[in-house]
Parts: sequence; C-alpha cells; structure tokens
Amino acid sequence: MSFMEILMIIVPSTLLWAAPLVFTALGGVFSERSGVVNIGLEGLMWVGAFTSIVFNLTFAHTFGAATPWISLLVAMIASAVFSLLHAVAAITFRADHTVSGVAINLLATGITTFLVKFIYNKGETDIIQQSFNKIDIPVLKNIPVIGPIFFQNTYWVSYLAIIVAFIAWYIIYKTPFGLRLRSVGEHPMAADTMGINVTKMRYIGVILSGALGGIGGGVYAEAISSNFSHATISGQGFMALAAMIFGKWHPLGAMGAAVFFGFAQSLSIIGSSLPGLKSIPSVYLLIAPYVLTILALTGFIGRAEAPKADGVHYIKGSR
Amino acid sequence: MSKRFQSILTPIIALLLGIIVGTIIMLCTGYNPVAAFTALWDGAFGSPYYFGEVVRQVTPYILAGLAVAFAFRVGLFNIGVEGQFLVGWLASVWVGLAFHLPKFIHLPLAILASIVAGALWAYIPGLLKARFRVHEVIVTIMMNYTALYVCNSIIQNVITNGQERTPNIPDSASLASPFLQSLTQYSRLHWGIFLAIICCFIMWFLLEKTTRGYELRAVGYNQDAAHYAGMSVNKNIILSMVISGAFAGLAGAMEGLGTFGYIAIKSSFTGVGFNGIAVALLGGNTAIGVFFAALLFGALEVGSLNMPLEAGVPNELVDIIIALIVFFVASSYIIRWFLERISKKEAK
Repeated sequence: MSFMEILMIIVPSTLLWAAPLVFTALGGVFSERSGVVNIGLEGLMWVGAFTSIVFNLTFAHTFGAATPWISLLVAMIASAVFSLLHAVAAITFRADHTVSGVAINLLATGITTFLVKFIYNKGETDIIQQSFNKIDIPVLKNIPVIGPIFFQNTYWVSYLAIIVAFIAWYIIYKTPFGLRLRSVGEHPMAADTMGINVTKMRYIGVILSGALGGIGGGVYAEAISSNFSHATISGQGFMALAAMIFGKWHPLGAMGAAVFFGFAQSLSIIGSSLPGLKSIPSVYLLIAPYVLTILALTGFIGRAEAPKADGVHYIKGSR
Repeated sequence: MSKRFQSILTPIIALLLGIIVGTIIMLCTGYNPVAAFTALWDGAFGSPYYFGEVVRQVTPYILAGLAVAFAFRVGLFNIGVEGQFLVGWLASVWVGLAFHLPKFIHLPLAILASIVAGALWAYIPGLLKARFRVHEVIVTIMMNYTALYVCNSIIQNVITNGQERTPNIPDSASLASPFLQSLTQYSRLHWGIFLAIICCFIMWFLLEKTTRGYELRAVGYNQDAAHYAGMSVNKNIILSMVISGAFAGLAGAMEGLGTFGYIAIKSSFTGVGFNGIAVALLGGNTAIGVFFAALLFGALEVGSLNMPLEAGVPNELVDIIIALIVFFVASSYIIRWFLERISKKEAK
C-alpha cells in the first residue's frame, strides 16, 4: 500500500470522526468562555443524537434526501432547549456547575433511553435510510494530490464543522458580542459595571453550547452510528470537553485538538487494515485523548489557562 | 427554621420533586404511575429475595457514596469514583485468580488489593491538584475513560487469552455467603454489606473525632485559613483523594468478590460511580446520610427492574428520577430560598 493510498483512507476517516467532536467542543468553548462550566456536553450530544434519529426515521419519506440536514436542525433546537436546564440551574439557581452538568448527563441518558422504549418498544431504533453520504466535492476534487486525499470520498459535515470553527473564532475574537461574552467569563463584575448583562450573556453561552452539542450528537448519529441506542454516544462528549481544554478554550485550538482526537479514534477503528499499525495495541489509541488532556492540564504541553471566572457564580452586589 | 432542620428538609423536598416530575412524565406518556410505583415497591421489598438483592445493590452504593462524600468534605469533587471502582474491581479479581492461599489470607489480600488500586488511581488527580493546581474534576473524568479501556485491555490480553470475561474466583477469595443467601431465597447477598457499614463508621470517626479529620475539614472550609494555621494543604488534598479512592476501590471488590466473582469487559460504564455522586449529594455528604441515600437508590434500582414486567413501564424511568433528584439537590439554593421566605412569613 503506497503512502498516498494510506492517506486517502486516513484523512477522510479522521475528518468524519472529528466532525462531531469539533461541533461539540465549540459548544463547550462558548459556554466556558461565558463562565459556565459545561460537563454536560455528553448529555447534550445524547439529546442531539436521539432527536436527529427519531426525526429522521419519522420524516424520511416527507423530506427525502434533505432529511439528514433538517434532522440536524431539529437536533440543534432540541438540544438548545434542553441546555436551558443547565443554564437555569447553574446561573439562576446558583447550582454547582459541575454537579448540574452531571445531572444533565444523567437526565439526558435517562430521558432518551426511556423515550426510545416508549416510542419503539425496544432498546434501540431502526437504522436510518437517509444518512449523510460520502461525496466528492466538486471542483476541489480535481486538484492534484490534495484533491484525492481531502476532497474525495468525504462528507460535507466535516467541512461544515471546520467552517463553523472559523466562524466561532471570528465571533468570539472579532465582534463586540464576543468581547462581551469573554468579559463575563473573565471578570463578571467589571463587565456588569460596564453595563453588560452578565446573566443574559451566560444564558446565551450555554444555549449556544446546547445548539452546537446537539449538532455534534446529530452528526455522530447520522453519519457514523446510523441508529440510536444506549451505546451510541459513549464518551464523545467528554472527548469534546477534552478537546476544548487541549485547545485552551480557543475555537481553532479546540478544532485542532478535535481533529487530532478524531484521528486517534479513526485509527483505532481502521488501524487493523493498515500496514504497520496492526502492532500497536488499540488501547493506546483509545486512551490517547484522555491521557494527553491530563498532560496538557499539568502543563507538560504548554499551560492551559481556563477563563478566570469559569464556574464562579456572579451574585450582584457581592465582592 | 433551624439550619439543621433545613439541611434535612432540603434533600427530602428534592426527592419529592423528583418523584413528582417522574409522575408527570408517566402521565404525559400514558403510563399508570400508581401501577409503576406499586411495581417498584414490590420489586424492592415484595419478597426476601428482592430485599436481599436490594441490600446487595446498596453495598457498592454506600462505598461509592462515601468516596464522593469524603472528597466533598475536603472541598474536592471526585467524579473519578467510576474509574477507581473499576480498577478496584479488576485488582480484587486479579489477586483472587493469581494466588492459591487459605481463605483467611486470600480474602483480605484480595480486598486490600482493591483498596490499594483505587487509592493509587485517585492518587494521581490528588497529586496533580496539589502540585500543579490542576482541576481534579477534569482529570478524574479523563481517568475514568483511561480506567475503562485499560481494564478491558488487561482482561482480554493479560488475565485471559482474548476472552470477554475472566474465570470465576476460587472460594478462598470470595465474599459470597451461603448463609445470607439462604436467608433471602438465594439472592446474591454477600458479607460485603458489613464492610460497607464499618466503612460508614470509619468515615464518621475519621472526620469528626480525629485531629487529622479536623485538618481535612478545615482545608475543605477554607484553604487559606488552614494554610495560615500551619496545616499542609497539599498533603491533605492528596490524602483525602487517596482515602476517597480507597472507598471507591473497595466498592469494586464488592462486585468482584461478592456479587459476580469475575470481571467482564465493558462497552460503557457501570454507573455505580455516578450513582455514588447522587448518593453523596442526597446524603448531605455525611456518613449516616450516605447510608440512607444508598438504601433509597439501591431500592429504586433493584425495584425498577420489576416495573417493565408488572406495570409495563420502562425501568429507565428510575434513572430519570435519580437524575432529577441530583438536579434539584444541586439547585437547592432555590429550595432554601423558598424555605426562608416561608419561615420569615411565619415569624411575622
């Protein structure tokens, strides 16, 4: 197998596995930049995956080939609404952000598996017929060398994820809204003094994390797993959390880390079909994202600095 | 309203709210809540067998709850109980299989192995927190996944030759008790429950009656003050994580040496560690509170298995109720706020 052929297998597969992580990690960036810790990303992905699959199965006949995209939109809305629970608990009710996030995860798994049994009378859904398909991207696929590696046999959602990451970077670092969002995450009292509504900004941050986490879950369900069961989302949300930390709470950093973790994930799946990789036990690839995150946090791979007021309640009038 | 009364009332209100929302969900989805809760009760207390199973399930919940609660009291959030629980489970079974010893050495050795494994697994986040100020929540989450995959790999490639599960441990390392089983129509009840109760006492005694416990609590209340009073904050952080991990590891031995007698590879987490968070929160992070909260969650989990059979209600409903309880306990600020308003009105 030539090097070129290996790349043609690895790159599209990496981009596919990275896409859900990129979306969800970006969600985490919005939430934590506003100062709300979001351990609940996993739960938001559960809701997204569940909603997209149920909508897809129900409306596949009505919408035809557009179904996966509309499902993604529905998953985005459902998960954004669900994330309101975290926002209300963590911001208004002054719950410990971590505990509330844990509750969100438990609640999402409970509700979705309960509803699957309620709707389908069994533990998992059927396989969806209208899923995201592999495509060759027009024009770009004809570029020599790069075309076959990056733009053939790939998925639109992978590129959408990368585009969204750049949009997120622009919003957070180049717009007044982004400045306000970051300011309530760094020093809410100073932001409040300047007339920024801390509570409102934090709600927006959490809702955006819900929307993006829902897309992440939807992409995973519709492009990778094709159905929904209790094992569909198993740690991808925490991997996205890891990517966010590894990427130092920066949208592009988070994207880079998510792509790397996608690479590790896809290698543990396709590794057995590639020469030279068979000898690496898959356990090393499976634990790589988690171990690397611990190392990054410890400072061995550059200092990872969280927003200053991340996880701190803002109570007006106290100092 | 006294603070003490309030701290008991808050979890009870959270529990009631959880049950009320659970009932609403059942009404919305067209299930019969009365039938569901009757089935739940029957499935937990309807016969000695079910009750034996409840106590069996309560055993690891007590220990996982103690693990979370102990760390909480020192101001640390140990989400890594699930991982420490898994490595404890693996270590106990491994020692159980590796040696041929008389029971009075073998069983204590296997239990000790689980405690040491859990403690070591928790030592890492404790050390990183103390040395590098790395937040223990993230590290313990990451170590949960590391534990899951490493344990699976060891089961498949080291202990067995590509098998999905290990052989059963010999009797000399087992906690199983034919006597307790015969009392409860041959449930899987084992001696572990007594170890769990002893651990409740140990936690209470350690925290409330010893100088070391006072130091640990002082660090939990205010690190700066504790440091100013000449206590080593770092040492206490590491120590509390290690003790917390030891409880979690022992919880693993309850499954490895008691309930199952083997360990199998897992596609996802068991949930014991996460329920431990719920147990600790509802129990107010005290030993006695953890005991009763574990009893409640054990009864809910075991009883729920009866719900699909008797009432046709998916047993996942109980997971929703447990999640809601955690959610309401976390949001207890709003409950306390209401209670204070009510008591103020009474005062007028």
